[in-house]
Amino acid sequence: MKKYLAKHKQYIWLTAYIMATFTSFLFGFNPGREVFGNFTKFFIEMITFIPFLFIIIGLFDIWFPKEKIEKYIGKDSGIKGIFAVIILAMLQAGPLYGAFPVAYILYKKGASIKNIFIYLGAFSSLKIPMLGIEIGYLGINFTLARTLVSLPLFIAIGYFMEWYLKDKNFKVNEIK
Amino acid sequence: MINNAVIFIIVSIILVLISFVLDRDKTKAGLKKGFRMFKSIAVPFLNILILVSLVLYFIPQSLIIKYLGAGSGILGLAIAAIVGSITLIPGFISYPIAGALIKQGASYTTVATFMTTLMMVGVVTFPLEAKYLGKKNAVLRNILNFIAAIIIGLLVGIIL
Repeated sequence: MKKYLAKHKQYIWLTAYIMATFTSFLFGFNPGREVFGNFTKFFIEMITFIPFLFIIIGLFDIWFPKEKIEKYIGKDSGIKGIFAVIILAMLQAGPLYGAFPVAYILYKKGASIKNIFIYLGAFSSLKIPMLGIEIGYLGINFTLARTLVSLPLFIAIGYFMEWYLKDKNFKVNEIK
Repeated sequence: MINNAVIFIIVSIILVLISFVLDRDKTKAGLKKGFRMFKSIAVPFLNILILVSLVLYFIPQSLIIKYLGAGSGILGLAIAAIVGSITLIPGFISYPIAGALIKQGASYTTVATFMTTLMMVGVVTFPLEAKYLGKKNAVLRNILNFIAAIIIGLLVGIIL
């Protein structure tokens, strides 16, 4: 029983909510109805775009495997290298702390300091799944404005870090 | 909102068609992968929507407008930047919140600053980051990104 509950923990909250809503409607409990009104709005918002977003993500994942892009990230890769790390970052998913292990791999493969920090910047704010959700909730104009303003800023941060760390023996540590 | 959904539906249909013409098997594999990913987030996502619906019921709109709205000025910006830097909220949760904040009257500047600090500055994850990059470099990265986030917020507010 305990094991079963742990496995289906995510359903408990959902089930409790459905039961609470049902009861609210049955007894005419107003706050319950209002919360359900909010929920319905959010749900419709979500169901109209999230499934399609995942179709796009799935296709992208198959057509542009990360391994192919990693080839272009060497030290003398110039503009191509910047492009490569940004695209690589866009294909990732997950929170920022998931980016540091990848930063280590980039470092091992000979990526420049600039490109490592550009990668971290792009990872934090240009991941395709996140961009999709952002467009869905805040609109394409917001996403375009935010990404177009962000991009030059974290490329600048990359250049600054490279300039600052040039003779400082920078390395990315491996954490085991 | 409807326009955004329409964009997604049209783009995904066009991409599926192109992909299908180019390579049938890859298209199938891609669709399967997408469906698997959707399945794994569907229930957690519903739970988040329930939570946001509950929280919004309890926080009055006037409070949000007062502290994060267009007239909240530097205080609103500071609240957004600091809360965004300290907390660790995954994007799947923060975007529905951000969307709701905008609808409740928060300004684009505060929301953009909040989202950017949330993504680029990590106080909670700092110890981990310091292990990878070294303490000094991690501090520097976070400070630079904090400044960048405020600039991004201000510029987005001006553009929109």
